[in-house]
Amino acid sequence: MLRLTSEEEAMASGAHGKAAEKAMDLLIRYANALGAERFVETNNVAGVPGSAHQWLKDQYKDDGGDYRAVFCKFDLDADEVFDIPVMTGNACHLQGGMDPELWREQGYSSEAFANAQSDENNTASLNIRNLKTCTPYLAGNEPKFGEHCAWMESSAVVYCNSVLGARTNTEGRESTSAAMITHRIPDWGFHRDEFRLGDHLVEVDVPVNDIFEWGMLGYYIGEIVQEEIPVIDGAISNAGLIELKHFGAAAASSGGVEMYHLVGVTPEAPVREKAFGGKTIKSRIRYGADERKKTYDNLNIRGKSTDVDYVMLGCPHAAIEQIETAARLLDGNKLNDGTALWIFTSRYVRAQAQAKGYVDVIKKAGGLVMTDTCSAIAQSIPKGTKVAALDSAKQTHYLPAFMGIEAWFGTTEDCINAALSGKWQGELS
Amino acid sequence: MSVSRLDEPIIIRGRGIVSGVAEAQALVTRETISGWGGVNPMKGEIIETRHELVGQSFAGKVLLFRGAKGSSGWSAIFHFSRLAGVAPAAMLFVDMTAKAALGAVVTHAPTVTDFDIDPFSVIETGDRVRVDGGKGVVEVWKR
Repeated sequence: MLRLTSEEEAMASGAHGKAAEKAMDLLIRYANALGAERFVETNNVAGVPGSAHQWLKDQYKDDGGDYRAVFCKFDLDADEVFDIPVMTGNACHLQGGMDPELWREQGYSSEAFANAQSDENNTASLNIRNLKTCTPYLAGNEPKFGEHCAWMESSAVVYCNSVLGARTNTEGRESTSAAMITHRIPDWGFHRDEFRLGDHLVEVDVPVNDIFEWGMLGYYIGEIVQEEIPVIDGAISNAGLIELKHFGAAAASSGGVEMYHLVGVTPEAPVREKAFGGKTIKSRIRYGADERKKTYDNLNIRGKSTDVDYVMLGCPHAAIEQIETAARLLDGNKLNDGTALWIFTSRYVRAQAQAKGYVDVIKKAGGLVMTDTCSAIAQSIPKGTKVAALDSAKQTHYLPAFMGIEAWFGTTEDCINAALSGKWQGELS
Repeated sequence: MSVSRLDEPIIIRGRGIVSGVAEAQALVTRETISGWGGVNPMKGEIIETRHELVGQSFAGKVLLFRGAKGSSGWSAIFHFSRLAGVAPAAMLFVDMTAKAALGAVVTHAPTVTDFDIDPFSVIETGDRVRVDGGKGVVEVWKR
């Protein structure tokens, strides 16, 4: 039975305006569906408020077909249209539809660009930060330990819970837009201590030490544990920001992993016992050479032709170190004729990469560093792409399904080699 | 006037989380469903490469599935499918997640979860199923 505070009741009754009333109505329906008993307050909300392709705007033509109509009727699932208040607190916009400068290369029309710009201006005028990235924790929004958040973006959610020890469920567009207005989200799931304990023990028997290996491990674990919590122990090393970004993203794609514990690494798992907190271990999962090979083969199931015409890096959005690696491998070389290279990152990281000269090195070789989006989100690939090469298990999971293309998964070096030679030569060492 | 039926349905009770009543053919998967990247919301079709329902549409069906996985775009994709007129007629799922709960709410399809018996032991693809999301009652007529 959901109980409301007096302030929440006031919002629900309309005392704080129509937007708060409708946002609370949606959150109450959602909390009841979950079986939540109360809300928590949140001041850190990451979503995609109000952003819409023309198709979605056209669904609300009778209501003006604009940002406001989409925010009210789609985001808040309301039956009427009203003004959206300027947000207070830390509200940010995650990845969006297109690069603000390279949108033509991504295949967008000037009308689509104008629409995206208009949405961005509306978002900014509501005091929502346009971080435009799936990695807000790399672009100025790094919640503190224990902080209640309401975040979208499964790869950011799993990072937020597991690595930062902050607390969020995998929220959706509608719940985050409502939370930006009300500063409330259901007190359910990862907001609660007992929900954050481990379910399965994963014992790693092969060395897992770089983004390629961490990505495969995440992909393997996600498929087995689905939305439950794995506790990983064994031959894991180099569990840095980039490696965990790839690991979590993969586990949240093949399954629905929203939190994991790495024994001795992540903040809620100093030792194995602490990660399980007395809970019975549901299963023991081994990750050895056979499991690693099977995972590699699964990820390469859509690879047939070795003629690669597109290499995409930056899923989740590249950190500065990854752009540096790409620039180092490309420096002084030229891409194969007929093979494109797009590297995706946040505006924040691109600015750093630009200042360091990496963007120019990559451009000189024939590649592009893009922001705001990625090929899967934008459903945008270079014209005529038939075969892609990727270093992200998550992107490999999604992109071929979206675009009906073949794809290879390998190391960042395999991918850059394919961009330079036009041939896929990756194999499992 | 309700039509009387000669065959008695099997009744499953659960917790209704989105009210409304719908009756349609069942589409069943014991697998979880990925929304964004796993469903084409304009056709209501499962597109995930290695999913057992790949190529099949849930439009107008009573969709019984294990739960939601993958991207946080889950709710928006099912929300889009409602706008496109290809949402499931009703939803039944067993694993509660934020994605599935919010998705059901914004899809406006009658939805039941937390069942008294395992729905997978009763409902198969093609069965006739009536879902009352307000009462949390699911009636099943075998094919």
